[in-house]
Amino acid sequence: MIPISLTVNGEKVVRHVEPRRHLIDFLRLDLGLTGSHAGCEHGVCGACTLRVNGKIMRGCLILAASLDGADVVTIEGISESGEVSDLQAAFVARNAAQCGFCTPGMVMTAAELLAEAGTPTRGEIREYLSGNYCRCTGYQAIVDAVEDTLRSRSAKP
Amino acid sequence: MKWPAMGYARAKSLAELWSALDAHGSAGQIIAGGQTLLATLAFRLSEPSTLIDITGIPELRGISVQGGALRLGALTLHADLCCDPLVKAHAPLLAAAAPLIAHPAIRNRGTIGGSLAYADPAAELPACVIALDATVITVSAKGERRVPAAAFFTDLLQTALEPQEIIAAVEFPLTKRLGAIEEIARRSGDYAMAGLAATLHLEAGRVIKPRLVYFGVGKIPVLAAAAAKALEGRSLDTASISAVQAALAEDLDPPQDLHGPPEMKRHLARVLTERVLQGFLREKVQAA
Ligand SMILES: Cc1cc2nc3c(=O)[nH]c(=O)nc-3n(C[C@H](O)[C@H](O)[C@H](O)COP(=O)(O)OP(=O)(O)OC[C@H]3O[C@@H](n4cnc5c(N)ncnc54)[C@H](O)[C@@H]3O)c2cc1C
Ligand code: FES
Ligand code: FES
Repeated sequence: MIPISLTVNGEKVVRHVEPRRHLIDFLRLDLGLTGSHAGCEHGVCGACTLRVNGKIMRGCLILAASLDGADVVTIEGISESGEVSDLQAAFVARNAAQCGFCTPGMVMTAAELLAEAGTPTRGEIREYLSGNYCRCTGYQAIVDAVEDTLRSRSAKP
Repeated sequence: MKWPAMGYARAKSLAELWSALDAHGSAGQIIAGGQTLLATLAFRLSEPSTLIDITGIPELRGISVQGGALRLGALTLHADLCCDPLVKAHAPLLAAAAPLIAHPAIRNRGTIGGSLAYADPAAELPACVIALDATVITVSAKGERRVPAAAFFTDLLQTALEPQEIIAAVEFPLTKRLGAIEEIARRSGDYAMAGLAATLHLEAGRVIKPRLVYFGVGKIPVLAAAAAKALEGRSLDTASISAVQAALAEDLDPPQDLHGPPEMKRHLARVLTERVLQGFLREKVQAA
């Protein structure tokens, strides 16, 4: 077992983990934070996307044991902080979540694009989200929601 | 899919790495970003072993210009390639390649050292380092070696690295030249079905020292010699582009793979050649 001490959603966490534990199982099984989903568990689907040290990453491709000193933010964290409340409202308004399995990863990924504060086109939004699979919506509504949020954010002074 | 039971150790310096590699022998495996290694572990393609984490080794970090070269530490992230001012200034081909590699969340953790060491024949960076005539700096307990990129990739997923030797950095000459990369993939972020990374100089409208490196079309990236010969000294126009396309028959011997038969790969290589060279022609280029 490897000792780790890290921050998860602003709270200090100290644990011992098996090397084979990936970050998503650590969050879900050890900490009870079930917002991050494990889909393919080999880097392809994006359902596990979360923030480590300020950047989005694949939780299923990170050893929990490697996270000593890291700062992890999950969908629970950015929901609570209000950072993406407008995006989440747009997801609801556009019906961009159906079964909801991909949604946490989509929101985490879109949040990074929104934080870059550029003016991406629809094509660029699609490109940014290209590593996140959705088996329900057909993506159109998701791109709509992100685009709406971008528009309303840039309309604000 | 869960990873197998395994050990984990962090090396905080090269000295610690050498002793960890010694202690674990052939059961020890280096992990950098883990964006390839951990995916293959999930498939149980690798044997249980001890992973030795090199991401805390300061000697493997950093982007700098020194000794007339751009030096990228092995731990340089794909995400750094797209945005670092020194990379943009001295090796814009790498900045152009970065967005073609996987997806943002993977680019935020995957490293250039890992990509070169893994040596996937369809990966972008191995082709780019050859096109840019870079030097791979390796290091082991015995010291450093400098391996020209064109000699680094030896066979499918094989490199010139010796056992217990790692990539420390990659150095790029500060030569001003044009560079471009194009690839064809089924979905954005996938490994390419075929791709081309190219650099050349244009002097008074004539092509000097073209380096055309095709990827996804063989066991290793292919530095196309006949194609380069067909282009050297000529002006870029429809005739010279056709000559390069014809010469590719000599350079490429693509295997059948999941994507299709050899003739499809040859076709894609010709299409990419046209796109890249026409791109230079249209001056939609950056100095590499
Ligand atoms: C869904 C998905 C899509 C992808 N698409 C692409 C793509 O389109 N193009 C592409 O190029 N890549 C792609 N990748 C792979 C990605 O680019 C990896 O980041 C990269 O190949 C490996 O870098 P890493 O730092 O993660 O290496 P790791 O996974 O940590 O290591 C890979 C191998 O290299 C060895 N290694 C690592 N660093 C060193 C070093 N400094 N010296 C010696 N050996 C070392 C390891 O022991 C291991 O064998 C994709 C990955 C995923 C999961
Ligand atoms: S669960 Fe991580 S990418 Fe699919
Ligand atoms: S809403 Fe079901 S997978 Fe996206």
